[in-house]
Amino acid sequence: MTGHEYAFILLALIGTVAALRVVTARNVVHAALYLVVTLASAGGAYLLLAAEFVAWVQILIYVGAIVILFLFGLMLTKAPIGREALDNQRRGAAIVVALAILAGLIFLIQDAFSWDGPKIEPRTGGAAAVGESIFSRYVLPFEVVSFLLLAALIGAIVLSRRDDLT
Amino acid sequence: MIRLPIVLLFSAALFSIGVYGVLARRNGVLVLMSIELMLNAVNINLVAFSQALGSLAGQVFALFVIAVAAAEVGIGLAIVILIYRNRETINIDEVNLLKW
Repeated sequence: MTGHEYAFILLALIGTVAALRVVTARNVVHAALYLVVTLASAGGAYLLLAAEFVAWVQILIYVGAIVILFLFGLMLTKAPIGREALDNQRRGAAIVVALAILAGLIFLIQDAFSWDGPKIEPRTGGAAAVGESIFSRYVLPFEVVSFLLLAALIGAIVLSRRDDLT
Repeated sequence: MIRLPIVLLFSAALFSIGVYGVLARRNGVLVLMSIELMLNAVNINLVAFSQALGSLAGQVFALFVIAVAAAEVGIGLAIVILIYRNRETINIDEVNLLKW
């Protein structure tokens, strides 16, 4: 156990508890704010894994843009408060399915790697290396993603425009 | 030096919490939030394996996943707001016109 590992476990615990609060909170705005904590702890995990560029993109796009979009969505729709209004009737079945998936994943992880398995060396992950990789080897997927963003932009405008404004 | 299984465990926990949220929530916006939790779990795995294998491909694809997630949230919230405008509710178990 190294200092890095203790820091990562602390971040993982914070992120997991906040994620649990996201799916159990009785107030939708609280759920969005707990989502900020989870996303920020994932960003911290990227920093500890030395993936600097992905970490800052995570903070900028997820915490900066996506959570704001969620808050706008919550403000534009009527958000009731209380467990019955936010959860459906099949909570027990959902718990069973989620625990089964967790157990299956844990089994697969300990089957594939022993618990003191491969160590992650801090390798390169800075903006220069990632940018060079995107714009040389992965330039075609990059263009596809930009086209997808354009399509999503036009789609969102078409969907949310009122029809009587022709 | 972080051991790989610890990172994978964090990601597995986030993923199953997201599955629970998608199955148990009935508010459309909260379902979208749970989907974001699952996408984040995938991203953590991609970055962890990218660093463990010494290849940048995982980080590049994590960036692509973030971009696709942003597009998905934009479209998803537009649909939710459209449903709210038409039906006065965003409870996805009441939007069952196509169910049978």
